[in-house]
Amino acid sequence: MDADNDADRDADSGDDDDDDDSDSDSDAEARWSDLWRAVGTSGPLAAPGFDPAAAVAQLRATRVLVIGAGGLGCELLKDLALSGFRRLDVVDMDTIDISNLNRQFLFRAADVGAPKATTAARWVARRVRGCRITPHVARIQALPDAFYAQFGLIVCGLDSVEARRWISFLVLRLYAEQDLMIPLIDGGTEGLKGQSRVILPHLTACYECSLDMQTKAVTYPICTIANTPRLPEHCVEWASVMAWPKAFPGTPLDADDPTHLAWLYDAAAARARDHHIRGVTYKLTQGVVKHIIPAIASTNAAVAASCVNEALKIVTAAYRYLNNYMLYAGDRGVYTYTFALARTPACPACGSARLEMAVHPDRSLAAFLADLADAPSIQLARPSVRTATASLYMHAPPALEAATRANLARPLRDLVASGDTLTVTDASLPISLQIRLCLDPTQDPPEASAEPEARG
Amino acid sequence: MLNIMSIKKAKAANAGAPPTSKTSAAQIRLQKDLADMDHLPSTMALAFPDPNDVFHFRLTITPDEGFYRGGRFHFTFTVPTSYPHEPPRVLCTQTIYHPNIDLEGKVCLNILREDWKPVLNINSILVGLQYLFLEPNADDPLNKEAAAILQSSRATFDANVRKAMRGGAFGGVTYDNVMVHP
Repeated sequence: MDADNDADRDADSGDDDDDDDSDSDSDAEARWSDLWRAVGTSGPLAAPGFDPAAAVAQLRATRVLVIGAGGLGCELLKDLALSGFRRLDVVDMDTIDISNLNRQFLFRAADVGAPKATTAARWVARRVRGCRITPHVARIQALPDAFYAQFGLIVCGLDSVEARRWISFLVLRLYAEQDLMIPLIDGGTEGLKGQSRVILPHLTACYECSLDMQTKAVTYPICTIANTPRLPEHCVEWASVMAWPKAFPGTPLDADDPTHLAWLYDAAAARARDHHIRGVTYKLTQGVVKHIIPAIASTNAAVAASCVNEALKIVTAAYRYLNNYMLYAGDRGVYTYTFALARTPACPACGSARLEMAVHPDRSLAAFLADLADAPSIQLARPSVRTATASLYMHAPPALEAATRANLARPLRDLVASGDTLTVTDASLPISLQIRLCLDPTQDPPEASAEPEARG
Repeated sequence: MLNIMSIKKAKAANAGAPPTSKTSAAQIRLQKDLADMDHLPSTMALAFPDPNDVFHFRLTITPDEGFYRGGRFHFTFTVPTSYPHEPPRVLCTQTIYHPNIDLEGKVCLNILREDWKPVLNINSILVGLQYLFLEPNADDPLNKEAAAILQSSRATFDANVRKAMRGGAFGGVTYDNVMVHP
């Protein structure tokens, strides 16, 4: 993308309501001069492959996907746009809530109820000339792999472990299936603490590798909640875990429903009175039930700045990128610590080997399992096999073994589609094995043995 | 752009080949947990209403010693997609008389809540549940009345358990008959 095209688009857009952007092209260029100097000059810290002449064009041409347009997302979009990125997409399924306005600075009171992605995209595009942001109001899981494959870089400002695991899996899958290496930059904040990390599929630790580092949500022993509450939180937990299901059997508690929360608050307050506990408030009830940790604007700003700094470094190669985890502890002064998180060899997402096997469609599952047991590269004693949706054969527990035993005599074409991935586990194997199965009629007939072949 | 693909190719020689699965990590881990459970003691049995759905299953415990011998106890397991980051949800489907299991079937077992760790597995929970029937714990009560009686008189507690297991009613509660031979 070159400067002339951008100037044309700005002229067409008729977007002249911003004071600081209605200047001439040369003034608009002056805004970036320091940045161009930083990414257009080589130095001892430049990464291998750095080309000062190409850096600006790379910055402008690289398509970056921002996931989440909340507290971190607003900061990320603003920082990326002001760092010279021009082709951004943003995904968020949420709409703007009035409680977001204190820190999600791209939103105004009039925007409450509008989709976050659309509103954030509109604001940033108006303030930063030449930056085009495409919003997507969708669940990340609802978008196809082909959508994600368009991007050169993904930056995440997510608030859930589940969504992070999904995205981490996605970039591993795009690497495996389409030979795409899409770096993932993941930011996270919790109160005054936060982190940013760089995940390069199969080169650095993926999200799943470090799952055991997660801090757990605070839970209380259920016996304490039931019998010996001491804290106001115990009373709220009692109301939601024990009193609610008893009062409204079959009705799941909806923490976003004000009538449900009001009922919980009354129940928790009554229990607190009975046990002479002080401090049960509506806000506390909300916080405990929804596991809310106060979101702090300055933490979002610091973590997003770090993430975008890494994006700039990875895309231009002007500096070496983060290897691979920066931890920020704002609750103890301004403390950061950077370390290289190691990959987990037995990681279920990126640690296991993939095999490809071509097998005759008429071959029985039992014969196929015998192949697995015999193959020198596999050597499984007693394999259990599932596809993503079905149990083909499970050696244990006995109930599953009995339920899947009949499959052993069936031909593979009745059980799987060609191209399906099988997950194989075995007591002799500390990890699981992924095998992509190709049903191929030109393979050896059912009686002969199919030789699996490891692919690197 | 940082030449990541060339770094990748340089490392490809000694790195393992990548997986290519849409199978979730929770599912892979759960498959591993279950497939390793081939030596279940005779007092425990798992059942899968839908063998293709390993996220929902039932457990039956038939203790052969202790207060609860002769009974048969049913639990449902619901494994979250965040497993093993979060523990399965376990409920007793019967109304039983137990210091650590309330009348709605909620179970007070530390590893199901505050002491859960991803290194634990389905088998650890089975062992924990079995232990609750062998050694009911009066110090962490969920059914306070039962716990108080266990602490004051083991003989009275034993009699209450026997009565409850046969479907008896006392203290305003009618218990389910859980006897193997009713």
